[in-house]
This record gives sequence, C-alpha cells and structure tokens, in this order.
Amino acid sequence: MNLESLYREEWRRVLATTVRLTGDFDLSEEAVQDAFVAALQQWPRDGEPANPCAWLVSTARNRVVDQIRRRARFQEKQEEIEQFVSLEPFEIDLSEAAMVDDQLRLIFTCCHPALAVEAQVALTLRTVCGLTTEEIARGFLLPVATMAQRLVRVKRKIRDARLPFAMPPKDKLAERLDGVMLVVYLVFTEGYAATSGKMWIRRQLCEEAIRLGRLLCELVPRNPELRALLALMLLHDSRRIARASPEGEIVTLEEQNRELWDRREIDQGVPLLEAALREGARSEYAVQAAIAAVHARASRAEDTDWPQIARLYEVLFQKRPSPVVELNRAAAIAMAEGPSTGLALIDALESRGELAGYHLLPAARADLLRRQGRWQEAAEAYRQALALVANDPERRYLARRLEEVEGLQSADRALGTPSIIH
Amino acid sequence: MEYLLLIYGNEADEAKMTEADRSAMHQEFGRFTQSIQQSGNLRAGKQLQPVATATTVRMRDSKRLVTDGPFAETREQLGGFYMIEAKDLDEALEIAERIPSTRWGSVEVRPIVPMRS
Repeated sequence: MNLESLYREEWRRVLATTVRLTGDFDLSEEAVQDAFVAALQQWPRDGEPANPCAWLVSTARNRVVDQIRRRARFQEKQEEIEQFVSLEPFEIDLSEAAMVDDQLRLIFTCCHPALAVEAQVALTLRTVCGLTTEEIARGFLLPVATMAQRLVRVKRKIRDARLPFAMPPKDKLAERLDGVMLVVYLVFTEGYAATSGKMWIRRQLCEEAIRLGRLLCELVPRNPELRALLALMLLHDSRRIARASPEGEIVTLEEQNRELWDRREIDQGVPLLEAALREGARSEYAVQAAIAAVHARASRAEDTDWPQIARLYEVLFQKRPSPVVELNRAAAIAMAEGPSTGLALIDALESRGELAGYHLLPAARADLLRRQGRWQEAAEAYRQALALVANDPERRYLARRLEEVEGLQSADRALGTPSIIH
Repeated sequence: MEYLLLIYGNEADEAKMTEADRSAMHQEFGRFTQSIQQSGNLRAGKQLQPVATATTVRMRDSKRLVTDGPFAETREQLGGFYMIEAKDLDEALEIAERIPSTRWGSVEVRPIVPMRS
C-alpha cells in the first residue's frame, strides 16, 4: 500500500487511538505526523509491517512517551513523571470496537460545545480529516497565520480546561450529535457555497464533509438524522458539475443540463433519505434533503413537482420560521401556482422589512416579473439586487439577466410602436 | 482539576424579587451546595455583596489607584462563586448547569491553574 493513501485512510484511526493511549491531544498529533514520516523512511528499507496501523500507533505512542519523559526530566516535575509512569503498563487494544470508539471520541472532542463553532470546524478538518493548516486556511479563504492561530488557541483550551477525550454522557448524546452534524454541514456548505476562487480546494471541503458523513453513519449505525444529513450532501453534491459553467458562471437549477448530474450520488442519496424518513428523520437536514430529492427525481426542469416542494418548504418553515425560508417557500409557491401568487407573498415579506438589504429578495421578485414578461419592472428589480449583491458569480448572473430583460424591453418597445415607423 | 464557577446575574432584577421568591431561591442554592458537598466536588463557595460595594485597585508607576466600582460595568454582575473539584470540563459543566441561577443568569466555568509542587 502506498503511504499517501495509507495516510488518508489511517491518519484518523491512528491519531484517535494514540490520543486515547496517551491522553495528550497536542503531543499525539505531532507524534502521529512523525510516525508517518518514520514509516516513509523505514518501510521501503525494512518492509511493511504486518499490521501497519498497529505499527503507526505504537511508534506514535512511544514518541509521546519520549516527549513526556524528556519534558519531565527537563522540568524535574514529579507529577509529570507520575503521568509517564502511568503510561507504562501498555497494551494496544486495536480491536475494531475499540478503534471505532476512539474515532467517535475524537470527533466528539473536536465538536465539543465548549469550543467556538469555527474552531470546531477547523479542528475537525485538521484532526479528524487530517487536512493541513494550509489546506484549511485556503478552504476558508483565510490567511494561514489566522488559521494556525485558531488551531493553537483551540488546542490550548482543550488542554487547559481539560476537555475530556470521551463519549458524551447518554443524556447529552443527541444534543452533542446535533453539534457534530452542524460542523459537518458547515464544512459542506462552505465548500458548496462559492463557485469562484480556488474551486478545487473548496471542492475538497465538500468531499471531506461527505467522508465525515459516511464515517459517522458507520460509527453510529441506524441513526436516521445522520443518514438524512449524508443524503442531503450527496444530493446537493450530485449537481456540482452542472451548477457552474466551465467559465465559473452560475447555472440555475432550471437551466442545468441534468445529464451532468452525478447519478451515482443520486442513486445513493435518494434511498438513503427514504430509509432515514421511514425511520423517523425529522431534522431540517431531512426536509432539505427531501426538497433536493424532488429535484433529483425530475428528469426535466418542467417535470419538477413544485406543489410538493412548496409543501416541504412549509414544513421547513414550521421548523425554522425564518424570512429566508419564507422567501424560498414563496418562490416554490410561485412555481406551483403561478408568479402572481408568489409575487404577492414576496411583496408582503418585503413590506415587513426583515429582509431589507438581502439581494435575493429583489432577485426573486425580478425572476417572477421576468416570467410574467413585465420587463421594465423586472429590470428595476434586477438593478436593486445588483446594488446589494456581494459575491462575484452572483453579480455576473444578475447582470446577465438584467441585460436579457433590457433587450426584451427594447424589442417590445420597437414592436409596440409601429406608428413611428409609419 | 479545580474549576471556578462564576455566577453572574442581573442585580437590578434580583433586587425586585419578592421575599417568597428570594427565600425559595436561597433554599434551592442551599440544596445544590449540600449536594456538591456530599458528592465531594465542593471546595468553596460564597455569595458576594452587590457590585455597588466593589472597589478596584490598580498600581501604576508605583502609585496606587483606587476606584469605586467593579473592573467593568456589565449587564450581568458577578454575584457569587463556587470552587469545585471535577475530573474534567464535562463534569464541571454538569455541575455548573445545576446551579439554580443558570435559569435566569449565567455561569462562567474557569479552570484553575494547577499548583506546581
């Protein structure tokens, strides 16, 4: 086996078990890194050990013990020596069950609610996924120094506040799993949101989120909410190629070439979601996945079951009564019942003022006005949206639409005023 | 590992409590204190006088500056504390969440730097 794929596959397991054996998060991370470097040097020379994972764990563990011993000698601190002595009786439990538990403990520690959410995300990518600090920084479009600082701070808190490397207590398990799911979802949306910039690295975030989702489904079997989250990610990810043109321009769901959708992901996502819903998944992820599944089932945009999508947005709105969800619901109702119904809902929403400054509100109005052939009003709404939009691909999309309706507007004018030509 | 649980609440709201509510709260605190004493987690715990009684001392250029009031005016004020022994942050949080005033105020959990021998 080549070492790079070994690193990708075994990093998390080796680290998780090393942390359990040594109880030191920070030292373990360094030591595991060293162990992989040692493997790179020794295995080609001495041959690959019979159990590579055990070799890596015991090498890493020995390095941590060396570190603690060196530190203890240097500081001559009795308690550190005691800590080291307590490491002595040493037997690696590498049973599948023990390693599954280790990985879950690692994930729960990284997603501990006592840590800031953005720190949880960074730490999970670093520790559970084995991404480098540079990769994480690039994924979040942040300077490497900022990300490095964030990781240092969070590890310091884990050490100084003594965050346990442990499974949450039974009565907190559901709540803590919600926290883990949020981290996975944030990693995914961060990667999915932007179609600009370093696309390949952001794509990596989506892949990592899906890997994490799969891992969690394996580690916590028969959990419907986890499966719904994985289904949601797969169904959205299935559109990754279709949703942007080769030049990086936004392609709306309606305009997407559905041949480009990833069938494999849809064929995994839909049954996964169906099973999750049968087993009682009711989270927002499940509802969002259900919406994505309705889209996935339509082989042409005009086959989309909009009444069903409108109903699902209603369910989502009951769970999370936010004006953004309300806007999406209005757009779905417009597609199901006609633009005028949708426009009335959007106007009502606009008059409440909660979405003032949100570019997607005038953009949604503009879209419906365009569908009604009210070019001049549509153009006005596109201009409002353009004044508010911050992200470049969306700006280009809106500008393209504006140009389109302006063209249609002047065409109308030309056709509608034959008297002048006379 | 030792943790300090710092109990914050809004003094103005607490001053408006009825006598019956106040006595019920004191009893609840009493039961909580007793339970963490029995479980062996309690190191110390005290209620503080209102922040109006606070005085802040700073030394600047070897000169003592004494000012009236707390270090910083905030919406919630430090009203008391517990010092506890817990095996890790999770246990400390389990104890902190049982402090009655978490329902209307907040509790800050701070690990204490271990004494080096």
